[in-house]
Amino acid sequence: MSYSVTEPSKGTKWLAGVLVVSYAIITLIPLLWIIATGFKSPTDSIAYPPVVVFQPTLEGYVNLFTERTRATDEMLAAAGPPTTWYDQIARDRGTVISGPSRYGQRFLNSVIIGFGSTALCMVLGTAAAYAFSRFKVPLKDDLLFFILSTRMMPPIAVAIPIFLMFRNLGLNDTHLGMILLYTAVNLSLSVWLLKGFIDEIPIEYEEAALIDGYTRFQAFYKVVLPQAATGIASTAIFCLIFAWNEYAFAVLLTSGTAQTAPPFIPTIIGTGGKDWPAVAAGATIFLVPVMVFTIMLRKHLLRGITFGAVRK
Amino acid sequence: MSLSPLTRVAAATPDGIARKIRGLSDRTIAWIFVAPTIFLLLAVNIFPLIWTIRLSFTNFRVNRPNNAVEWVGLENYRRILSDPTVWQTMQATAHFLIWTITLQVLIGFALAFLINKKFRGNDMWTTIIVFPMMLSPAVVGNFWTFLYQPQIGLFNYVVEFLTGADPASFSMIGDVNLAPWAIIIADTWMWTPFVMLICLAGLRSIPDSIYEAAECDRASAWRQFWTITLPMALPFLMLAVLFRGIENFKMFDLVVQLTGGGPGNTTTLTSIDLKREAFEKWRTGYSSAYAVMLFVTVFGLASIYVKALNKVKER
Repeated sequence: MSYSVTEPSKGTKWLAGVLVVSYAIITLIPLLWIIATGFKSPTDSIAYPPVVVFQPTLEGYVNLFTERTRATDEMLAAAGPPTTWYDQIARDRGTVISGPSRYGQRFLNSVIIGFGSTALCMVLGTAAAYAFSRFKVPLKDDLLFFILSTRMMPPIAVAIPIFLMFRNLGLNDTHLGMILLYTAVNLSLSVWLLKGFIDEIPIEYEEAALIDGYTRFQAFYKVVLPQAATGIASTAIFCLIFAWNEYAFAVLLTSGTAQTAPPFIPTIIGTGGKDWPAVAAGATIFLVPVMVFTIMLRKHLLRGITFGAVRK
Repeated sequence: MSLSPLTRVAAATPDGIARKIRGLSDRTIAWIFVAPTIFLLLAVNIFPLIWTIRLSFTNFRVNRPNNAVEWVGLENYRRILSDPTVWQTMQATAHFLIWTITLQVLIGFALAFLINKKFRGNDMWTTIIVFPMMLSPAVVGNFWTFLYQPQIGLFNYVVEFLTGADPASFSMIGDVNLAPWAIIIADTWMWTPFVMLICLAGLRSIPDSIYEAAECDRASAWRQFWTITLPMALPFLMLAVLFRGIENFKMFDLVVQLTGGGPGNTTTLTSIDLKREAFEKWRTGYSSAYAVMLFVTVFGLASIYVKALNKVKER
């Protein structure tokens, strides 16, 4: 190894490492606490002092996905022995499962709206970004300004006319309405990010293809798209995370059919006090995919969160 | 044999049309590529904005569609500026903004500085630290209410452990004096990594050769920090402040789930107040004017700030 004056000394590195790792552990505690609470029994979840070692149970998850009714001993005896493990968990609490809860449906809505808007956003965004990158197009210079100014508007402020517009078009509380809305919200950022990625692909590749007799369209999907694949993928994950996490529009514009999970999770309540294990279970299922995506994204994270202002 | 959908579409296209498509000029292709995007942005971003501005001069109420809509001129704006609640929420927002930005800049920069010491495994720990900011603020805010519970919450337990205070004696989200700090702590937990990431990019952009030169001149580490590290990372730091400023000025989801604006109006930030006016009291015209004023405020402040940022960059 070559000696460098700018390489920090061993002691410095060690100290920096200890400090950063301590911060990381402290910052992780609330997240680990959410995950742990999902596996606690209601008694353990509200124990004081808080319990770290406990008997794990899936009761929170069962409560999250089912509706239950309280049953008397005679009713339980009449219903016969429990047939499944989740039935067993409900019986242990003196209840019987009366049907599925709405969480599954809300989660599915999040998936449909998240993936739907991401796909639409990528199709429109990639085409527009290509045009912005390779052709002379009006509005080109205003794009960044446009992104920043739409992001400056509080979502609630835009929600008033969108609410009115959607009501007139019959789009309130529909999947299509939410997909279109999230696509539009994500679109300016996606175009900007994708333009950055496409700008980095040497224009000579396409010129060579055009000389070989490819049409513009062929050059676009046979040369540019494969080259831009990583950029498109990371932009897509950004759009997905935004649509997945969005709360303000979802809570104002949806109530039943198209409601996503973020407005629903806080409304989970139990009988006799908030059912924290169920809330934590719902949050865990909802948050863990995003953590996985974050790990996948780590190389392009910075570009995404700063709207392409910082590229490294 | 499997063909890509595009190839199949190409094969199914009649010759005449295909020839026409092939003959399209770059200009036409550019328009075909850009038109849908521009249409959607106009429909969902620009059109509502214009509509909001128009509504802001009327007394329209969504829940009374049959009432005659009257043009009231600047009446809504006058009422907002003379409304004490609006000033109260502005104060709450300012308090929230100043403290979150200060804490996030200090902690975020310190973390970036330490990570830049390139200890082993720094990439992995950076990714772990970034987790909170990628999560849904509403879901996280909801869960923080659990951590803040007076008798059972983890936060109160930690405070008891550190200071010996009775965990049942204080409620972070129920106390008028503590609630503004409850939202500041949660927001700082969530968004410090954002400032850290941008600062880290700034620190990594400083070429080693400058430090080598400083080393030759026998500049102390302290001096190197103040004359090289900080000034060169400053544009990045200012960019982080800009983004956090804009985001926290319109803060809604985290705080509405955490405190709902209470107790009283102590944590009613402008977005929460706006939501009450627009979707609980249904004063559509009034809240449109409110929205326009907020937008103009952020826009004005951000423009001044960007000018300052560009000056720093030029140096």
